[in-house]
Amino acid sequence: MKKLFILLFSFLTISAQVEAAAEGGEFKPGDMITHHIADDYTWHFADGVTLYLPVILIDNGTPKVFSSSNFYDENHAVVPYEGYMMSHGHIYRADASGQQAADQSSLLDFSITKNVASLFISVALLLVVFFVIAGSYAKGKGRAPKGIQSFFEPIIIFIRDEIAKANIGPKYERYMPYLLTIFFFIWFNNLLGLMPGGANLTGNIAVTLVLATMTLLITVFSGNKSYWSHIFATPGVPTWLAPIMIPVELIGILTKPFSLMVRLFANITAGHIIILSLFSLIFIFESIFVAPLSVAFAIFMFFLELFVALLQAYIFTLLSAMYFGGAVEEHDHVGDHGHGDGAH
Amino acid sequence: MELVTPGIGLIFWQTVTFIIVLFLLSKFAWKPIMNALNERETSIENALSAAEKAKLEMQGLKAENEKLLAEARMERDKILKEASDAGNALVETARQKANEEGARMIAQARESIENEKRAAITEVKNMAAVLSVDIAERILRKELSNPQAQQELAKDYINEVTLN
Repeated sequence: MKKLFILLFSFLTISAQVEAAAEGGEFKPGDMITHHIADDYTWHFADGVTLYLPVILIDNGTPKVFSSSNFYDENHAVVPYEGYMMSHGHIYRADASGQQAADQSSLLDFSITKNVASLFISVALLLVVFFVIAGSYAKGKGRAPKGIQSFFEPIIIFIRDEIAKANIGPKYERYMPYLLTIFFFIWFNNLLGLMPGGANLTGNIAVTLVLATMTLLITVFSGNKSYWSHIFATPGVPTWLAPIMIPVELIGILTKPFSLMVRLFANITAGHIIILSLFSLIFIFESIFVAPLSVAFAIFMFFLELFVALLQAYIFTLLSAMYFGGAVEEHDHVGDHGHGDGAH
Repeated sequence: MELVTPGIGLIFWQTVTFIIVLFLLSKFAWKPIMNALNERETSIENALSAAEKAKLEMQGLKAENEKLLAEARMERDKILKEASDAGNALVETARQKANEEGARMIAQARESIENEKRAAITEVKNMAAVLSVDIAERILRKELSNPQAQQELAKDYINEVTLN
């Protein structure tokens, strides 16, 4: 059913592009794909079903709120509104002639875009699901799990035992709320992103940047004495190497979350791009006979993406836990296993 | 480039929303869930260890019972053995006694038979003597019915006396 829907919606949304292309020239798969994976001020579910989301601007400290429908006239053409204009998914100041103004300083865009709206929906879902589960734990105290509770319980226990306990050690309990939250946040959003009409939230660099920064901050603030001593005075390394070692270690602190950010962003975005590319083939070849092959590959990719959605959530959580584990680990300098070089 | 440029708006909303969600979930979902899981695990752990303890206790009781049973069995065997020994001894003594009694009785019987025999023989001898005297008297009476025969006998006696 879901597959059917995604196909249906994909065709519907692509058809809009194709129509536009038919009117204005060639079908450009690159533009279509970019449009699908990028953020937007409207939520385009299907042809004629578009949700215009609110635009929130802070222009020199004064907030301006209006609907994004103001940027479209009755022919669905993009028009400037109250001195602002929309171009390539961004809002700029417009000059008197409706062109992009030269001065774009201190114009901040806090609009509830498609991604932000999707974020709200996903967190509402997260809260509902886990409040309900918490409720069933309160109701059936000490009993076996039931219903949705029994679906999530093994996952929660897996995160606790295999991710937190295994990588952080005895101080794991402190990090459980964060690990559980990022795991389910990423997983839910990955899956919602695969839904027809869904936003590509976890494939947005801003979102992964925030998540990775959280992990970085928690790692840095939970770093104990031995963690910092390994950075500023790595045991077994001669003192004269410190000018090299300290910058390298400091960069190391940043590269870990940077890799988290890029990994999640790239994996999810790539999955979307591949599925959309496969559908684009039909329109590139302008032949219905390519469709079975495209659809077959797209279905295969879709199942792969369902797996990737879970896998990436797991990897992000696991690596975060490993970084926390490294920060709170008590190094005994004899049998140290933090750095496997055996020099100390 | 567009794709890898984070937008300030989404960063803001993501940060705010994520922190709120993290707070709400930690307080109202993860805490009760983790506590419930821990509680359940401890209760299961306790139940299991109690069961293990009970099992050990049962084993101890069983071993004790078996020991008692074995002791009882040994006691029984001992008693049975003693009883059978006592019985055997009793039978043995009874048999000995019976043998002795028998032997004694046989000896007594033999003695009395001997006595009876002796008495009978004596009686027979006496009878024989009486009968012989009787017979001799009858013969003598018949023989000495004529005087001649009496004379001759007298003569014989005299002869015998002279000869001696």
